[in-house]
Amino acid sequence: MNLDRFFDIPSDLQHDWFGLIVLHLREALLPVLGGLLLALPLAQLCVRLRWLYPPVLWVTTILYAIPSLAFFVVLIDYTGQTELTVMIPLTVYSLVVLVPAIVDGVRSVPQETLAAATAMGFGPVRRYVQVQLPIAVPAIIAGLRVATVSSISLVSVGMLIGNQGALGNLLHDAQIYNRPELAWNSVITSAVLAVLADAALVVLRVLLTPWMPGATRGAKSKPAGVRPESAVPALKDAAR
Amino acid sequence: MNVINFINAFFSDSAHWQGYDGIPTRLWEHVQYSVEALVLAAVIGLPIGLITGHYGRGGNVLSLVATAGRALPTFGLLVVATLALGFGMLPVMIPLIVLAVPPILVTTYEAMRSVDPPPVDAARGMGMRESGILLRVELPVALPLILGGLRSAAIQIVSTATIAAYVSLGGLGRYIVDGLYQHNYEKVVGGATLVAGMALATLGLFWAASVAAVSPGVRRSN
Repeated sequence: MNLDRFFDIPSDLQHDWFGLIVLHLREALLPVLGGLLLALPLAQLCVRLRWLYPPVLWVTTILYAIPSLAFFVVLIDYTGQTELTVMIPLTVYSLVVLVPAIVDGVRSVPQETLAAATAMGFGPVRRYVQVQLPIAVPAIIAGLRVATVSSISLVSVGMLIGNQGALGNLLHDAQIYNRPELAWNSVITSAVLAVLADAALVVLRVLLTPWMPGATRGAKSKPAGVRPESAVPALKDAAR
Repeated sequence: MNVINFINAFFSDSAHWQGYDGIPTRLWEHVQYSVEALVLAAVIGLPIGLITGHYGRGGNVLSLVATAGRALPTFGLLVVATLALGFGMLPVMIPLIVLAVPPILVTTYEAMRSVDPPPVDAARGMGMRESGILLRVELPVALPLILGGLRSAAIQIVSTATIAAYVSLGGLGRYIVDGLYQHNYEKVVGGATLVAGMALATLGLFWAASVAAVSPGVRRSN
């Protein structure tokens, strides 16, 4: 591997390394944000109407099983070879991960807490925004972590539909110019971005939930039966 | 509906049902890749998850490993592995295993940790060995969650095994990759439908496995 040329990005990509990073983050994170904005009302609907949840889970599971590449290719017909074609499937995948996370989070709010809020005169909207949502933050962030990391990883596949994969485009150039170091650059940079985004979400969780024990989850010191927060993403794991 | 027409056209064309590029051949290849990847990932993930979960240690290390595994881009890993090792089965298995180990590992660990302590203490008090406690007390109780982890890993593998076609192997991804380059969307949609159908079949299989393997007492309490 030629390390001198590690950051020497071929000019056909029209971006330098930092440009590709910015592009990659935009293509990965906007869909997560969009997924969150769609998932919040949908999840609230599923909490309100219990019969709706199982069919929603079924539909999301089927959507999730569609390979990202096929999703991209089918969308080319409608949105062309653009960033949007990459971002729509990523939004759907984020939605699929986030809906169960939010529903479980909101449902886990104890009945007494809700009753107390009602007794204090909170209306349904205020109760949702000021009580249910903050208590559900750990579960929501757990879902966001899975969605964000898998989104950052999946953007690279966009390379196959005409260089829409940001850092993934390096994989193509690595092959046509026979420069394996570009492929390593793509994989390592993307992995580091994912780890950093994951860490940022953990910090956000700590900031948003000051009443909870901090980043040091002392699993051993907790009483039995209280599962650490990390259980939530694991059980709802859906990254790919 | 555009997509429905594509699906119809794809499946009613009898040419798609025969030969080396026929649906039965490609489906069988896809099943082989998926099963191989899932078995290898389970061989790595299950023992480590079971043992660390039993002793309740190493949870932080496991979640670090899982985060790192998830962070590695599957597609990029495929290209890097192919460039480094040449064409073949191994470069496809590496990304699929990296994809599947984190959910298996973390879910198994959490499943073992979530087992109610009193039965475990009782088993220890009755003089059962640690291996007996692990395999005959904790494992049966944790089984539904462990199967859930395997299931989510299996679905990810089924849907991602399509990338094998990018490095000139077979499987259902052939239809998607070939369709992309031939601008034959009928093929792409047909391939995607088959993959989604296979994922649903996987869900069904795991449901059947959980009915067959989970002890009735555990099922009732869930």
